[in-house]
Amino acid sequence: MRALKTINKTSKRNFITIGGLLLVYLAVLALKEGGITSNLINGQLVPICAYMIMAISLNLTVGILGELSLGHAGFMSVGAFGGVLVSTLMRQVTDSNLLCLLVAVIAGGVLAAIAGLLIGIPVLRLKGDYLAIVTLAFGQIIKSIVNILYIGLDSEGLHVSVINKMDLAEGGKMIISGSMGCSGVRKLSTFTFGFILLLLCLIVIFNLIQSRTGRAIMALRDNRIAAESVGINVTKYKLLVFSVSAAMAGMAGTLFAHNFSTVSPTKFDFNTSILVLVFVVLGGLGSMRGSLIAAALLTLLPELLREFSDYRMLVYAIVLILVMLGTNSPTVRDFFGKLSGRIKSIFMKKKTAKEENANG
Amino acid sequence: MDKTKMVAVPSVGIIPERDLNKQPVLECSHLGITFGGLVAVDDFNLTVGATEIAGLIGPNGAGKTTVFNLLTKVYQPTTGTILLNGKDTNGMNTMQVNKAGIARTFQNIRLFDKLTVEENVKIGLHNEMKYSTVSGILRLPSYWKTEKAAHEKAMELLSIFDMQDMADYRAGSLPYGAQRRLEIVRALATNPKILLLDEPAAGMNPSETAELMENIRKIRDTFQIAVLLIEHDMNLVMGICEGIAVLNFGRIIAKGTPEEIQANPVVIEAYLGKKKEG
Repeated sequence: MRALKTINKTSKRNFITIGGLLLVYLAVLALKEGGITSNLINGQLVPICAYMIMAISLNLTVGILGELSLGHAGFMSVGAFGGVLVSTLMRQVTDSNLLCLLVAVIAGGVLAAIAGLLIGIPVLRLKGDYLAIVTLAFGQIIKSIVNILYIGLDSEGLHVSVINKMDLAEGGKMIISGSMGCSGVRKLSTFTFGFILLLLCLIVIFNLIQSRTGRAIMALRDNRIAAESVGINVTKYKLLVFSVSAAMAGMAGTLFAHNFSTVSPTKFDFNTSILVLVFVVLGGLGSMRGSLIAAALLTLLPELLREFSDYRMLVYAIVLILVMLGTNSPTVRDFFGKLSGRIKSIFMKKKTAKEENANG
Repeated sequence: MDKTKMVAVPSVGIIPERDLNKQPVLECSHLGITFGGLVAVDDFNLTVGATEIAGLIGPNGAGKTTVFNLLTKVYQPTTGTILLNGKDTNGMNTMQVNKAGIARTFQNIRLFDKLTVEENVKIGLHNEMKYSTVSGILRLPSYWKTEKAAHEKAMELLSIFDMQDMADYRAGSLPYGAQRRLEIVRALATNPKILLLDEPAAGMNPSETAELMENIRKIRDTFQIAVLLIEHDMNLVMGICEGIAVLNFGRIIAKGTPEEIQANPVVIEAYLGKKKEG
């Protein structure tokens, strides 16, 4: 009975997270439809969804599996350019925007998962700092490959080159043109689509963590030797996490790319990887709710700070440091702990008072 | 305690008479490992009966834990063979050896600290729970059914040490003795044929040790498995072990029943040093 309560406790937390997310979505949608939010914020809605997916998927690797990855933007890049390619090809077959985007997102996810598997193989032999460096290098490799990749489409079919632009037949069009990235991408992503994708990823992660697979992954994090000694397959679960996490990053990449008319490879560089890592660390390792909040706030913050123009990155950095200090300092934590305890006790009092009234 | 007669088996040891008609669960022959030039374990021969409680003792640094690491393939042996229920474990890794039936605890406790007590046991049940990752994500009926069964099994195993009440606690927050007991439960959850206990009584007070002795016997009787334990607490070793092997400088220097070992001059010398002549 007791353990059932624990399962319920974790499930309850997850339900609250999902419920809260739904409420925020509805509120934002209402504000948007009402024309209250500025264009600035409206433009950030899809990127926020994408960054949220990035944050929770990286949290799966860093917080749940316990391996530091510094190349998460690489998977996003694979998903973005793969997705744009697929959606352009899909356009030949169908006119439906939704179908185009859906297939593109799935393809982006699959391509990124394959990349995740590839990176997973050397990763199995490495730990800690060494692994971090390999993932960092992987991110750079992806960026460099996209930088020299030219893909064009004309009536004769698909042309691929790693040297320069090719001569396309009449009516042909470059899909990916090297360091210029993609231009003329149709804006297929919508806030609702992004939100549904985010919700799906979140549910998959929550359910994964609460299954036998998730426990095996956390066992690897807490003590690898002990995990092996109780018969857990290290290779299998590490590869699984890397590919699931990469697939989600890839889907986020596709979503992100279809929100802008031009996408360049520099969008997915080392800085982006670090940015996503900051979301995860700031939100708390292993805490999906924290990652979501951190991703949303830190994506909005630079936009909201635009008024400070020159100083905005400075203010951003200061806020970041203060929050990090705040969440890690025992004094501040105690203060918040007491505060929430007090709020809880107020509610409890009200409850008991109500019950007494009902009884009396 | 039940006095079973110990019988010498032709190969390499003595096992209880009641196990004679059964296949020995563990047969090590000429097992050895060298680290660089250092010979850590050499020519280690040991046979453990199917339901025997055997002890492995020796002074500090004798190589006892190294033997456990060889048996569980944390280290691959340089020489020799390990037969588990007659099956050669050569080429297996730690995970495969566990699946084949060897479970262990660790001298320096290795629990999954951030997870709850129940989750720790459920991780031990990992290979017994048969549902795929996909059915776990989609929460198919097999997920609910298996999780429920695993919960009941975990509670049942925890009840051996009266730890059901602690099921929700984080493993890392348990007192030392309870952590040692949880390690045993987790190892048992993998459904082993032989349980290797590395200093199970370390850090326990005499009454806890006495309780532990009872529980080790209870585990042997209920699950009908063999137990091989390393321990420095001689009361425990002499109290429950049927056969004892003494290790010094990586070699077995004596084998026998507790009475024989206590009277063996070689063993006394290994522990206390040689009496000065004159």
